[in-house]
Amino acid sequence: MQGPSDNIVEGGSSGRDGTSAVPPRALQRRRPSAWADPLFRYATAAFACLVLLLVAAMAAVLYERGQLSIRTFGLGFLWSSEWDPVRGLFGALPAMYGTVASSLIAIAIATPVALGVAIFLTEMAPQALARPVGLAIEMLAAIPSIIYGMWGLFVFAPFLANHVEPFLKKIGGSTPFFQGPPMGIGMLPAALILAVMILPFIASVMRDLFSLVPAMSKESAYGVGATTWEMVRSVVIPQTRTGIIGAIFLGLGRALGETMAVTFVIGNTHQISASLLAPGCTIASTLANEFSEAVSDMHVSSLIEMGFVLFLITTVILASAKILLWRIESRIRGR
Amino acid sequence: MARSKWLYMRRRAYNVLMHAAAFLSALFGLVWLFWILAELLRKGIPAINWDFFTKLPAPPGTAGGGLANAIMGTLMITALATAIGVPAGVMAGTYLAEFGRKSVLAKTVRFVADVLVSAPSIVVGVFVYSIVVMPMHGFSGLAGSIALAIIMVPVVIRTTEEILLLVPDSLREAALALGAPYWRVVLQVCYRRALAGMTTGILLAVARVSGETAPLLFTSLNSPFWSPSITKPVATLNVTLFNYAMSPYDDWRSLAWGAALLITLGVLAATILARIVVGRIKI
Repeated sequence: MQGPSDNIVEGGSSGRDGTSAVPPRALQRRRPSAWADPLFRYATAAFACLVLLLVAAMAAVLYERGQLSIRTFGLGFLWSSEWDPVRGLFGALPAMYGTVASSLIAIAIATPVALGVAIFLTEMAPQALARPVGLAIEMLAAIPSIIYGMWGLFVFAPFLANHVEPFLKKIGGSTPFFQGPPMGIGMLPAALILAVMILPFIASVMRDLFSLVPAMSKESAYGVGATTWEMVRSVVIPQTRTGIIGAIFLGLGRALGETMAVTFVIGNTHQISASLLAPGCTIASTLANEFSEAVSDMHVSSLIEMGFVLFLITTVILASAKILLWRIESRIRGR
Repeated sequence: MARSKWLYMRRRAYNVLMHAAAFLSALFGLVWLFWILAELLRKGIPAINWDFFTKLPAPPGTAGGGLANAIMGTLMITALATAIGVPAGVMAGTYLAEFGRKSVLAKTVRFVADVLVSAPSIVVGVFVYSIVVMPMHGFSGLAGSIALAIIMVPVVIRTTEEILLLVPDSLREAALALGAPYWRVVLQVCYRRALAGMTTGILLAVARVSGETAPLLFTSLNSPFWSPSITKPVATLNVTLFNYAMSPYDDWRSLAWGAALLITLGVLAATILARIVVGRIKI
């Protein structure tokens, strides 16, 4: 990196020793133009406002394009499980159920694992191990969604169908959760893949939170003889609890809107089933599957209304996540 | 005495157990990463050859053929998205770091951008379909680029801001004291100092959108041919991969694995490169 003076007096003559008669270029200008500064300032502000406008426009446009469906079906759209493009009947309940169920199962799996990863990386692993492992976990987030989907369909689904699901049926076949043939396609694989996809996001937020906890608090716990786990349980986790919930919400928000991976493995059937082995669908997977092939206006409009619902839900959840994380960060930093 | 010994043993045992659990969690993540990468390499490498990069897709059942048009299309759409999204993101990020800072507007934009970063990309696709594809009466590469640009903007905003805030205020003050107007301070001092970091941020944003498929499904659609213009549907690797993987033809599925390998390697390489650059940056 250059020193600061090289940057500022760019093009200025050798004024560094202070003896030069020619002032730096910035000073040579007789009259700094009165309009350039405000112009730049307002131009950047305009682009900043554009972001707000964008989100408002997204909500407004989706709402407007969904009008046909909103007016025809009213609130019943959310409670009806009928989905029949031929007869022009549309209800979002199966897709909403699938979206929420797959995301909640994914969260239930990913949260403890992410907690473990974060604890491992911040409190247990030596630096030499924590860095590469942390990087590798973050790479999970860089793999595109569609790759998870393709891998899920061609590699993971056969694996599940041949090795895992028969076993699940053997131990839990009498419960409603494991009914149906073991196909490797359905709610369970979708939730598992979602869990892997959101794991790096939750883990990295938790890791950042844990490293914010003052070393003094941690050392105090060690000082009175706590083991590593006791220190984590009684110092790190209580101090960051709000943030942990924020991290979970962040993962939830991502899981709800995840599209391609789910589309590949969930089976895309408009049905509600308690069985984890049964195929289902989510809002995002329905959009991905049907949107470009939807012919009737009502079909398109219903799909857009579902998109609107998804947008609302994820925005609320992600906003709450953000607020929780802000609160915890300012609290820890403010101490 | 025996009791306290037992308590001690139990605490030790718990600690070991939790160490093991945390270790296994990390291992769990690694297993998936390497499992996915291994399968991608195993199935993708045989599909990649000279034809893959130079030929147009062959009809199903015919051996050979490649994804030259899709590779070109992905590069084109991503480049256009970068050209739209990056300047907008950099400008907004500049506002947050240089002018807004703690103002209400800046706080709101920051918040909204953070929410938008994780917003479902398929919804962006539906939005762009409504505002670009419907009025233009047709799917187009341009619509795809706009969708990707929208996804890119919040990422660029936040990284630009973060990097610019690392430039010390004393540097700005020094430049101002020399009589430089603020816009020149930003352009010639702050940007220059933050160049490496900002480039990294842009690289990460490009990597992120180049793996996106959902917003392209009904904006740029797909095409088996070279695309004559960006106002027509354009083939992209991602959408082609989706269609081919879902098809019943073995040749197409093999090409899809090749495409998957190519996309993943590209995205991972960009991400790792960005990491390395970030590690080197010292402002």
